[in-house]
Amino acid sequence: MKLTLKIWRQKSPADKGGFQTYQVEANEHMSFLEMLDVLNEELVRRKEEPVAFEHDCREGICGTCSMVIDGQPHGPQAATTACQLHMRHYREGETIVIEPFRARAFPVIKDLVVDRSAFDRIIQAGGYISVNTGQAPDGNSLPVEKDKASLAFEAAACIGCGACVAACPNASAMLFVSAKVSHLGLLPQGEVEADARALQMVRQMDAEGFGRCSNVTACEAECPKQISVENIARLNRAYYRAAIQSDKVV
Amino acid sequence: MVNNLLLQAPIKLSTMSWFSRFLTSSIGQKLVMSLTGLFLILFLIVHLAGNLQLLYQDGGAAFNLYARFMTTNPLIKTTSYLLYFFILLHTWQGLLLWRMNRSARGRQDYAVKRTKAVGTSAVLSTRMGWLGIVIFVFLVIHLYQFWLQMKLGVLPQVDVPGSDEPVDDLYTAVYNVYKNPAFVLFYVMAMVVVGLHLWHGFASAFQTLGLNHRKYTPAIRFVGRAYAILVPLLFAIIPIYFYFFL
Amino acid sequence: MKLNGKIPPGPLADKWTRYKAECAIVAPHNKRKLDIIVVGTGLAGASAAASLAELGYNVKAFTFHDSPRRAHSIAAQGGINAAKNYANDGDSVYRLFYDTIKGGDYRAREANVHRLAEVSVDIIDQCVAQGVPFAREYGGLLETRSFGGVQVSRTFYARGQTGQQLLIGAYQALSRQIHYGRVEMYNRHEMLDVVLIDGKARGIIARNLVTGKLERFGAHAVVLATGGYGNVFYLSTNAMNCNVTAAWRAVRKGALMANPCYTQIHPTCIPVSGDYQSKLTLMSESLRNDGRVWVPRLTEDVMAIREGRKKPTEIPEQDRDYYLERRYPAFGNLVPRDVASRAAKVACDEGHGVSRSGLAVYLDFASAIERYGRSKAHAMGLDQPDRETITRLGEAVVNEKYGNLFEMYEKITGDNPYKTPMMIFPAVHYTMGGLWVDYNLETNIPGLFALGEANFSDHGANRLGASALMQGLADGYFVLPYTIGTFLAGEIKSPSIDTSREEFRQAESEVQERIDRLLNIRGSQSVESFHRRLGLAMWDYCGMARHADGLAKARTIIRELREEFYRDVFVPGTAQEYNPELEKAQRVADFLELGELMVVDALQRKESCGGHFREEYQTPDGEALRNDQDFTYVAAWEWTNTDIEPVLHKEDLVFENVELKTRSYA
Repeated sequence: MKLTLKIWRQKSPADKGGFQTYQVEANEHMSFLEMLDVLNEELVRRKEEPVAFEHDCREGICGTCSMVIDGQPHGPQAATTACQLHMRHYREGETIVIEPFRARAFPVIKDLVVDRSAFDRIIQAGGYISVNTGQAPDGNSLPVEKDKASLAFEAAACIGCGACVAACPNASAMLFVSAKVSHLGLLPQGEVEADARALQMVRQMDAEGFGRCSNVTACEAECPKQISVENIARLNRAYYRAAIQSDKVV
Repeated sequence: MVNNLLLQAPIKLSTMSWFSRFLTSSIGQKLVMSLTGLFLILFLIVHLAGNLQLLYQDGGAAFNLYARFMTTNPLIKTTSYLLYFFILLHTWQGLLLWRMNRSARGRQDYAVKRTKAVGTSAVLSTRMGWLGIVIFVFLVIHLYQFWLQMKLGVLPQVDVPGSDEPVDDLYTAVYNVYKNPAFVLFYVMAMVVVGLHLWHGFASAFQTLGLNHRKYTPAIRFVGRAYAILVPLLFAIIPIYFYFFL
Repeated sequence: MKLNGKIPPGPLADKWTRYKAECAIVAPHNKRKLDIIVVGTGLAGASAAASLAELGYNVKAFTFHDSPRRAHSIAAQGGINAAKNYANDGDSVYRLFYDTIKGGDYRAREANVHRLAEVSVDIIDQCVAQGVPFAREYGGLLETRSFGGVQVSRTFYARGQTGQQLLIGAYQALSRQIHYGRVEMYNRHEMLDVVLIDGKARGIIARNLVTGKLERFGAHAVVLATGGYGNVFYLSTNAMNCNVTAAWRAVRKGALMANPCYTQIHPTCIPVSGDYQSKLTLMSESLRNDGRVWVPRLTEDVMAIREGRKKPTEIPEQDRDYYLERRYPAFGNLVPRDVASRAAKVACDEGHGVSRSGLAVYLDFASAIERYGRSKAHAMGLDQPDRETITRLGEAVVNEKYGNLFEMYEKITGDNPYKTPMMIFPAVHYTMGGLWVDYNLETNIPGLFALGEANFSDHGANRLGASALMQGLADGYFVLPYTIGTFLAGEIKSPSIDTSREEFRQAESEVQERIDRLLNIRGSQSVESFHRRLGLAMWDYCGMARHADGLAKARTIIRELREEFYRDVFVPGTAQEYNPELEKAQRVADFLELGELMVVDALQRKESCGGHFREEYQTPDGEALRNDQDFTYVAAWEWTNTDIEPVLHKEDLVFENVELKTRSYA
């Protein structure tokens, strides 16, 4: 199938950037990124600069891919990363617009590549359980209710791709932060530090320049791991408890 | 780039009190929106209950009495100042968030926008700012037309059964406004906007409070939608009734 | 060079305990003066960096990814082994040790493997404490399942995302140390050389992938946890950016590469669909707990399926060949990976392959769905459940166990595996070979350590399922923090390393020259096209089955390809910018050298063992034929200059505790 691609090209963070149009010949068995590989191969053949886009595992788990396809992070399919999107969902002659994730906290590095290190810094602020290697008691010493463990798992399924931020009209990182606060807070091992964790992670999130959540729920709709906004409500609760009930510094 | 040293956004704990820091944090700001919003939602019920007296066919006696009660009772008066404050706070905080959220997108917006939502309406939830502004403008006009006239004491007085002295005739003021088709249309449209604002706002306020529960959230959503339809509808019936049936 | 594995004396079961009691230790106030570089932040690297920082060392950690959380450990699906014996099914440290030695076809060091089995139990405890959401029973305790080559249930898992959850645990531990300033984290930095001073590893040259700038970093010791080199085959289940460069640069500086020909071909991958493909997708081995592998027995059925005239569900039971169950009744579908892969190859070679290309077999869940459905119906008190109910209930159980894998399969192929069997075929997955290390995980270069898949140490010629995660975390959390002390205890008087020294300048200019050389060729072929051709040669001649003639041919092809690469490759852009093509070019350049060494190693090993199957050495019924007399050694290669022949150093493997037997899973 013949496709027209309108792709955001931006040489460097300081460059203004703009759209460029390309034609590409794809087939319906290809994945979306394989289609871009074909384009890049062709650009290299023409001695032009290939489109920079990030990708790694190509099976939807590493969270590296970061593009907005026709207005949707990771493209039109639900619960799918860009690398898992297949061309069988497109038709001959279609035009596809590809842009980078857009958020002030995710500055563009080049073309479709953005800097998501803000997420790392949020985790560094408190997204962990403080246990040194070797200190742990036996794994079965603390039973965890199966349903609760499942909830924790579902929150922990976050791949840190940033689609929630890209999808949110406010570029808010609440789903990402709430997924981590929920994952750890739901487990008895993580409950101990729950107050400090909520306060520190929210403080870092605010400092990074993400927008404020207005419960649009676009994050859940676009999350490739379908992480629920229930987690955001849980974060709100955790934050109120920490700010109001605990004696921790807000 | 040394990830942890150079790029780290500096976090300075401001000298504000813990309470101010809490209320100015991203979640705190949302809490302000949620609590003021819920207060305004409650107020709508009270306001509606009073206004429905306009539909009594008693020449406005009950309504005028009620209007006097509302403007003279000290408890109500105190509450009303709180209400004005919350309206302004909700508006101010909303505008602040709106500006902040627009700048959070960065210098370049998407060429193609397609916002989806789960359990609410993306069209409405992304336009709460615009809807809010329309409601604020409506409020200014609405207050000018009725509240200010009451306050200035320029309304003619009328005798009503149940009161020893004459009371301000707000009923006639309402009647005059609602006989003007342009204002009827304006009030009905305004109620549509209020409904749309509530459609997202009602359930959103509970989500912000942290009340999201697999057992109760469906009920909250249902009540919120019913509220967003019924309350503005009942408000809108009043000008329509006046225009067509009186 | 005499290779000294530095295996501690004493009975096998006491070696590690005694080692820990007696090894040199660095006092806390001295740890603060010592710097360690950790390259790679996967399971091994992140766990090592975090643990070393917790001990008080100054750690600098490097990843070429945008975040430490992206490392390819994240893609491991099935689980992690540990000799906890929570299942009460007779597991023990010894049994895990024995299974691993046997699974590796008796080509691993006894002492290393026993240590791995010992610390496996601590890993689970550590991960649970970190908040890894392992699968649990209704009573709230940890659940386990079975994996290939094993008759006990010792694999802990978190749905099909075990690697992700373990990596995030390690990433969080690392993040905590970054927060405290104990680890300096360098994202988007690719190590391009190791710097030696007086024969010791004292630093690295890394390229800042955003600015393109070469940067120098010094430390008292360098730890490589940079993963495996499966991408030499171009098509593999490895992530696109996995590469051998860090390890290979160490080889070029004198480190030895051990057993490079030991490659694991994973039996359950989604078959290749076209030549535009650059990546294959694995379907977890855990699926073989419930999936049955088969091909049609009759040629006419095979043809009908390939031409789309028949569906697999229409083939009656008696016309199916469940070849694993037939050939290996004791282990059935759960034979080790090398055995399962070869059996699939045999089935396809004999003309029973089911895809259009003839390179696929079925993995069928119909009987599992029925079995689970009946059991569930019984539990729900349904006396006479109809077919539909059984299927519905059974599918729900299968979904609970493997839901995300089934979705992944459907996304890629467009087929619904609940209704029609999956099509699978073997693909390159893991490399058992790697940098030669001693018991301390130290390479032959003092101060240079290698962990996880980057070293060769624990899996012999074949790795058992769910053991990669175990080894990566064992090395990082529980082994290196002790063993690195044996080297660093002698370094407490060394001042911090001065990166303005001549050795650093020299190394940096060598890297610069290599980059300039690649950019200045300005030929006509893409980097990708060379990689694809290299991969094809490797797969054809050094893949699932190898033969002396083919290997010799492959060596010629690779050398010619390398020559052509340096004559005609085109690398766009410049060195002073974010340039993924340049990164790829450097990696492919190193693969073009490693590939040759793999072929040389495969030629040298005139036996079949584990993932290395030489067609000349097989039993009459097609099983691998080991030659313990002549090849019970580790082949460690020295190759600092590709203009001369690689030099082979042998480390004899001594088995004092297990008897070398022909592996039998029948």
